[in-house]
Amino acid sequence: MSAIAAKGVSEEGAAVLQLQGISKDFGAIRALSEIDLTINAGDVVGLMGDNGAGKSTLVKIIAGNFHPTHGIIRFDGQEHRFDRPLDARSAGIEVVYQDLALANNVSAAANVFLGRELTRKVGPFKFLDHRGMNARALELFGELKSETRPKDLVKSMSGGQRQAVAIARTRLSNAKLILMDEPTAAISVRQVAEVLDLIRRLRDQGVAVMLISHRMPDVFAVCGRVVVLRRGEKRADKPTSQSSPEEVTALITGALEHA
Amino acid sequence: MTQNVAGPLSFTNVGRDRWYRRGALASQTAYVAIAFVAITVLVSIFAHNFLSTGNLLNTSKNFSYIAIVALGSTLVIITGGIDLSVGSVMALVAVLTAMLMKAFSATPLAGIPYAVMIASVIGGLGAAALAGLVNGLLIAKIRLSPFVTTLGTLSICRGITYVITQGRGQAPTGPQVNTFYALTDGKLFGLPVALIYLLILAVIMGVTLRHTRWGRYVFVLGGNEKAARLTGAPVDRIKISVYVLCALSAGFAGILIAGWLGSAPANLATGYELKIIAASVIGGADLAGGVGGPVGAVIGAALIEVIRNGLALFGADTYWEQVFVGTIIILAVLVDRIRTREPE
Repeated sequence: MSAIAAKGVSEEGAAVLQLQGISKDFGAIRALSEIDLTINAGDVVGLMGDNGAGKSTLVKIIAGNFHPTHGIIRFDGQEHRFDRPLDARSAGIEVVYQDLALANNVSAAANVFLGRELTRKVGPFKFLDHRGMNARALELFGELKSETRPKDLVKSMSGGQRQAVAIARTRLSNAKLILMDEPTAAISVRQVAEVLDLIRRLRDQGVAVMLISHRMPDVFAVCGRVVVLRRGEKRADKPTSQSSPEEVTALITGALEHA
Repeated sequence: MTQNVAGPLSFTNVGRDRWYRRGALASQTAYVAIAFVAITVLVSIFAHNFLSTGNLLNTSKNFSYIAIVALGSTLVIITGGIDLSVGSVMALVAVLTAMLMKAFSATPLAGIPYAVMIASVIGGLGAAALAGLVNGLLIAKIRLSPFVTTLGTLSICRGITYVITQGRGQAPTGPQVNTFYALTDGKLFGLPVALIYLLILAVIMGVTLRHTRWGRYVFVLGGNEKAARLTGAPVDRIKISVYVLCALSAGFAGILIAGWLGSAPANLATGYELKIIAASVIGGADLAGGVGGPVGAVIGAALIEVIRNGLALFGADTYWEQVFVGTIIILAVLVDRIRTREPE
């Protein structure tokens, strides 16, 4: 599996997501302007920018929350227009939300299958297939090398385990692109390490990951490429090996115009 | 953060919970069940007629009405809502059903066997469903607060009850009124039918909550409504459904009480909403949402009734009932808080 994982940038991977000239206006305010971006299979791309730079607008456009005002979204070679998040999801784009969108009071397996529960027909009734869901969740946690028990309540889990649950959810449908919104913002240092390892495992399985983060060390630890937005424009899109935290900071703050 | 990145991962939280936080003991319901058994034993030791067949049958019938509504109320509470209108809905449905029986008896329906009774019960339950639908629509679609919305319907339903009856009690009538009494106040296998209905409904509720998609979403709604929405669960429909089911449970219990009393007074079930919510909460339903179940609702209602009955048998002033019930509510949540406290 990990043989296909080219270290860092994978130029040879097929394009999963192609954005061409994406702009978004909110009334008179231009939140995004003419964004071009290509993400290939197995890419881990860091999306950085200050508050209000347009990161979350871009993510929401890709995830199907908004339509772009202009521009084309190509996903997996086809042009798409997502009306709802569920449309993006069924196309193969999964989002790990910042707050993970987990329900604490039900089990890990229940959270993984939330909205996509497996059922069995018994006469006219459909009952949840608990055994099937627990077994599949255990497999997914195994693929992510996370020691998470499917039947445990999410309430009693560590930050890293919660991330594993949220990420396992995206693996149910064999998503081709996973958008992760600040996954390391609110967890402890050792849990950050767990999450970064989870991201590497996704990459090793050929999944494209877009990591939205404020944390420079995380982006440089795990991303092959970094994209910097400032005032709705793309200011940089380059391999992390050819950049540096100092350069990216300068791009984010505007001290450096382009790189 | 450097030393841990490449090495084998270790998790802080894969040990098992302590025994008192695991399995059946991991819920308030278990503690209340133990308290229920203890109090029942105490009452039966000190009030020797508590265990007489007559008293047990009476007690089990009395608590069944509250418990049936507590089932519906628990559903609402699990989603993180509350329904204060249940007592008024019980009264409205009880008087409406009795009045419909009288009205239908003067129509050709009287010639068809059981038609008057069936049509009246359907009419009564239809009114309950409508009240629940109004609650549900306002809460789910317009996002009004459940507390205020159902406080409104509490007043509206009680008001309508007085308007249509002018304060007079309504007695069930009609050609097959004896069948009505048999179905609402009769016995089956020597047990009061109300208790049988309660047990059947509790089992159905337990199975659907645990083993269907709908039940799963009821819990998830109470745990994290946003997560439910983001993952595509039909949040609004689920919410509306629990208010409709809660109102239906209230309407059904109202009809049973009308059969038991042989009359439906306009002030029937006044103040019952608090007793019903108390039963749900004592049984372990969490007003913050996400926790609860039919077993808890039944045990909570039974506990309240055993206390009331015990006080009566001791010859104590039964006005103390409310003091005891209030104390038990606070004790129940207190024990739960202490038990689930995180070690600092």
